[in-house]
Amino acid sequence: MLNGLWKLTWVEIKVFVREPMGVVGSLGIPVIMFVVLGRLFGPGVGSVSAAAAAAPPFNVAILAAIIIAIGAVLSLISIISIYREGGILKRLRATPLSPLTILGAHVVVKLLFTLLGMALLVLAGRRFFPGAMQVNLIKFAAALLLGTLSILSLGFVLASIVPTARFAQPLGAAVLYPMLAVSGLFFPLERLPPVVRIVAQAFPTTHAVSLMKGVWDGSGFAAHWGDVGALILIFAVCSAISAKVFRWE
Amino acid sequence: MPTSVISVDRLGKRYGSTIAVDDVSLEVYQGEIFGLIGPNGAGKTTTMECVQGLRKPDRGVISVLSLDPQRDSSELRQRIGVQHQEAHLQKRIKVWEAVDLWSSLYRKTVDPEALLTRLGLESKRNAWFMTLSGGQKQRLFIALALIHQPEVVFLDELTTGLDPQARRAIWGLITDIRAQGTTVFLTTHLMEEAERLCDRVAIIEHGRMLEMGTPADLVQKHCPERRVVFTSEGPGLAERLKEVPAIQSIASDGSTHTLRGEGDDFVTDVISAIASVGIRVRGFRTEIPTLEDVFLKLTGHGIRD
Ligand SMILES: Nc1ncnc2c1ncn2[C@@H]1O[C@H](COP(=O)(O)OP(=O)(O)OP(=O)(O)O)[C@@H](O)[C@H]1O
Ligand SMILES: [Mg+2]
Repeated sequence: MLNGLWKLTWVEIKVFVREPMGVVGSLGIPVIMFVVLGRLFGPGVGSVSAAAAAAPPFNVAILAAIIIAIGAVLSLISIISIYREGGILKRLRATPLSPLTILGAHVVVKLLFTLLGMALLVLAGRRFFPGAMQVNLIKFAAALLLGTLSILSLGFVLASIVPTARFAQPLGAAVLYPMLAVSGLFFPLERLPPVVRIVAQAFPTTHAVSLMKGVWDGSGFAAHWGDVGALILIFAVCSAISAKVFRWE
Repeated sequence: MPTSVISVDRLGKRYGSTIAVDDVSLEVYQGEIFGLIGPNGAGKTTTMECVQGLRKPDRGVISVLSLDPQRDSSELRQRIGVQHQEAHLQKRIKVWEAVDLWSSLYRKTVDPEALLTRLGLESKRNAWFMTLSGGQKQRLFIALALIHQPEVVFLDELTTGLDPQARRAIWGLITDIRAQGTTVFLTTHLMEEAERLCDRVAIIEHGRMLEMGTPADLVQKHCPERRVVFTSEGPGLAERLKEVPAIQSIASDGSTHTLRGEGDDFVTDVISAIASVGIRVRGFRTEIPTLEDVFLKLTGHGIRD
């Protein structure tokens, strides 16, 4: 069982890396965006960079991190629907691999690449904004991974309802980017209309951003148990929904 | 009494308002090659997938290797091999990676390299799945279905898309694995394939079983008539052959004569009759009905339309 998960994960990693636009699109673009926006605004709120004086309207590093996470989820939705359409899910299902393993391998791959993206982000930060990335990397990684996991679970729900592979990316983007817009990253939640503010509490992106902000400004997990709980709850609910509505073909 | 490996009792399955399988019952015995034949949309794939446990039947009882395909699916998956009609692999997975992944999932496996060689894929070991030709993909799928020496192997559309040479190679392979005791359950659109390969066949149409039996028995039952067509200028021929009891009718068109009769001995009887009356024959051929004729007769049309 674990052997199967490991083997399948390794195969999926290789297959993903061979995709011409896969790695560049999901990791390269957010990192470049981070560097460019960082140059404009400074890499993050509360950073000691001289550029921070330009009063950045949002934390560029967190933006880049969450874009990496969303990119991973979009890629997941698209891969799952392509696999379903091509009968790959069906073929794997006929083997002794458990359904959880078949889908879990993709989760592991996406989390690994998100982590890799974060590592690139940190390296770019060290290189281009020396002294600015004074965040606890372990905690930041934990916050990012938890957030990604929660958004991935939402991705599985989307992958269940998307009719064809062609609609996978557009549908995912149409759901996730608006969620990001009201996540509190670009403007404080208090400035949103009350209804939107309440709805945004149901979005994993909101809590992922809030948790990462907390880690960034040093208040850490302790001050954000609510976000951690919300992310876990969303993960549990979305997983339960997926278990019910997921289509293998 | 042969051991039953697959038993299907009154299987029913519908998709919305489409009745895909309607009251199908069948038994497949240990070490047998069993073929399901029928026109497009007859319900072959649906029947097979219910038996494999990939689809939940609406009605009926299925048992495979004494297991319930729904309840004991994980045990069953270790012991069966499956080749799907329409299912791909990851575009950029290499041939050896697929074989290696599949090998790692089973308790016991055959030598993957030998299997690839047997299927003519050894030069494609490092090729991405997406770069394989249709027939090469098909052969890879067959390799994946056989990698763990399954007790029962399901082959949906066994040789569709294969060239004649590859087809013959697969037939040889299937006969070999059967000789090692594997039970084979296949579907095919090629009557020649069914007739050569299958010990028994079932003909289904619109989800219903029309017939089941050995190809020879089905031919004997539904298309018993055999014909001998020969050309000869000899005068008064029809008169002289009329006495032969095996010949049921004679139709003559100029110098071409068609004799009709039944039974395995018919051709022999005609040959000895011709020899004994001493006719000079210029041309001689037999028309022996095949499974294709049975199919045509039972369904009222060919397999493709
Ligand atoms: N997933 C599905 N959803 C809805 N209808 C289906 C589905 N799969 C098959 N059908 C319908 O069920 C019937 C039987 O299909 P099935 O695939 O079992 O036929 P088949 O004998 O395998 O045909 P073919 O020779 O074309 O492979 C057809 O009418 C088909 O349209
Ligand atoms: Mg079919």
